Amino acid sequence: MSQHQALGGRILTKPFLFLTAIFLVGVYFMAQRFTSGMGEVSNLNGGYAWGIWVVYDVVVATAFACGGYALAFAVYVFNKGQYHPLVRPAVLASLLGYALGGFGAFFDMGRFWQFYEIFLPGNWNFNSVMLEVGLCVATYIIILTLEFAPALLERLGMKGLLKALNKVLFLFIALGVLLPTMHQSSLGSLLIAMGHKVHPLWQTLQLQPLLALLSALIMGFSIVVFEASTSVVGFGKKSESHLLSGLGKITVGLLVGFLLVRFATLILQGKFGLIFSSGFASFMFLLETALFVVPLLILLSPAKRERGSQLLIAAVAMLLAGTLYRFDAFLITFSPGPGFSYFPSAPEIMITFGVVAFELMAYLVMVKLLPVLHSEQHA
Amino acid sequence: MKRRDFLKATLGGTAAVACSGVAEARPNLEPADNAVGMLFDSTLCIGCKACVAKCKEVNEMPPVIDGDATTWDSARDLSGDTLNVIKVYRDGEAEVKDREENGFCFEKRSCMHCVDPGCVSVCPCTAMRRDEKTGIVSHHPDVCIGCRNCMVGCPYNVPQFQYNELFGQIQKCQMCNQAGVGRIDNGQMTGCAEVCPTGATLFGPRDALLAEAKRRTELKPGETYNYPRGDVSKPYSHHEKRVPEYLQHVWGEKEAGGTNVMHLSAVSFDKLGMPPLGERSAASIAEGVQHSLYNFMALPAIALAGLTYVVKRNTDDDDKGGDA
Repeated sequence: MSQHQALGGRILTKPFLFLTAIFLVGVYFMAQRFTSGMGEVSNLNGGYAWGIWVVYDVVVATAFACGGYALAFAVYVFNKGQYHPLVRPAVLASLLGYALGGFGAFFDMGRFWQFYEIFLPGNWNFNSVMLEVGLCVATYIIILTLEFAPALLERLGMKGLLKALNKVLFLFIALGVLLPTMHQSSLGSLLIAMGHKVHPLWQTLQLQPLLALLSALIMGFSIVVFEASTSVVGFGKKSESHLLSGLGKITVGLLVGFLLVRFATLILQGKFGLIFSSGFASFMFLLETALFVVPLLILLSPAKRERGSQLLIAAVAMLLAGTLYRFDAFLITFSPGPGFSYFPSAPEIMITFGVVAFELMAYLVMVKLLPVLHSEQHA
Repeated sequence: MKRRDFLKATLGGTAAVACSGVAEARPNLEPADNAVGMLFDSTLCIGCKACVAKCKEVNEMPPVIDGDATTWDSARDLSGDTLNVIKVYRDGEAEVKDREENGFCFEKRSCMHCVDPGCVSVCPCTAMRRDEKTGIVSHHPDVCIGCRNCMVGCPYNVPQFQYNELFGQIQKCQMCNQAGVGRIDNGQMTGCAEVCPTGATLFGPRDALLAEAKRRTELKPGETYNYPRGDVSKPYSHHEKRVPEYLQHVWGEKEAGGTNVMHLSAVSFDKLGMPPLGERSAASIAEGVQHSLYNFMALPAIALAGLTYVVKRNTDDDDKGGDA
């Protein structure tokens, strides 16, 4: 009855073993972090309290994990049922991305042993954007687990439970659209309170949540295109480029929206001149903007949109654009004041690599064991 | 109503409420009724660092030794072991005190006890609190998860995490009023103000300190002025000194909503490493956005109702059933 099937095949392939090696290096440094403290393995300091563990593992990685969100929007809100085959792999990638984002937040926590304090209502500070992020991401991880549960239940043949879950799944799907809208916009709002430390070109104040949300959706659709394209190459699946080009078309609207808001804000806030007069920050801004504009040009052309290679280029550019937008705002042009500098240490980077390696390993195992990818005869 | 119209109405309504809310962001917080604070007059500071030593004593923190300077605490900046530090400004030959070019001066770094504190606003667990009466900003590690948002949310980079300890915590000046110290509640002044030999660090009620600061900026350079030591409202002694060329600017009167610890100087504050702040606190803007989106969870509730309706209809249409 399922339109999805497990890929099967060997688990211990060469890429898998390569990822295992990276993962083990990450585990080694992670062990240090949990025995000697954060200072031992990271370059975090008094001015740069947030390094790549927050900015990559949480802020960027959860945006990478917005595939499930973006597709849920398209399929269930705008009723574009034709994209249904892409949903389950996207939900799996989202689940893994968010779970590891949550884990990233945990090992970055200075007082990890009392992480539960944020879940105690008596402690809640409703002025805090971080409270919204923390609670909302935690809830969304549960929702994603429920959204992905049918794959596991099918595999285990638990038909009764599957039927019951399917009956209420619409509610979880609705939450699966609402929650990322909330916390992905909040990830942008985190920048507001940082005030002057955020470079003026990125400190858009009230517009932070909207820009963060638009860029998260752009990254969400891009990651679906990217994953589907790599599945074609990696697993020899039939190309779904007709579906992907449709997603590309949706993304055009988001890109135009993002760029309009971005530039209108700079003009209204009287910062347009800074685009060219900010030295290194100007370079980063222009690079970032180019990464948003190039895919827009590709996707505007119906002919290019139909070509898998062009679509993949556009998707990668958009993923880099969204990543750079976040890195620029939170780290690269972030300036806490004189006397502080930050570049991640090797152990810090290896911990992040280890986490990403684990995420990819888990994805590979799960698509092989569980009915995740769409079976072609139904496509 | 057609589904498309319903969707539009829901999204439009949500957006409209969100936008109208943003316009009603809250103003800066006002100083606490009985706000206490300190006035640091850079032109009086001789860099003896008695305040640094006293601060370590009160907070039971070890000295920080930089290089071979083992004679005294040589902490260069705030850290998990240093809540108060005296920094030096030097330009060119550093010939004359309190002169910007070819001169030098001293600057104190410690918690400014903001009137509208960013650290309090951003903390998810209410581990940072502004005292209702005194305005003192305190930290409560028992509920802190160590997310360090207070550090990035502080315009002055004051809260410091003890990175070198596995079970570290955030450290900051709590104006000597933390549990077990309680100097202010006991009618005493802060340790740093008590030991300052020149009155460069003065303790007292915020209004009295602000009045004293303004009085000083209105003095004629070259005149003599009788400078108080200790608590501005009941100084334990005075000393006469020539009035320097004060900047006509009391740092902390208005910056980002003002601070309870204010600074006076003859050298411009940006040279002393003070951040570029306007009068509006970033916290008030962030809270305005957050509350307009999440007040009573009304918007999320409306959005969820709309989404549930739409998703339910779209999954029911789907002949394949609702499997995701």
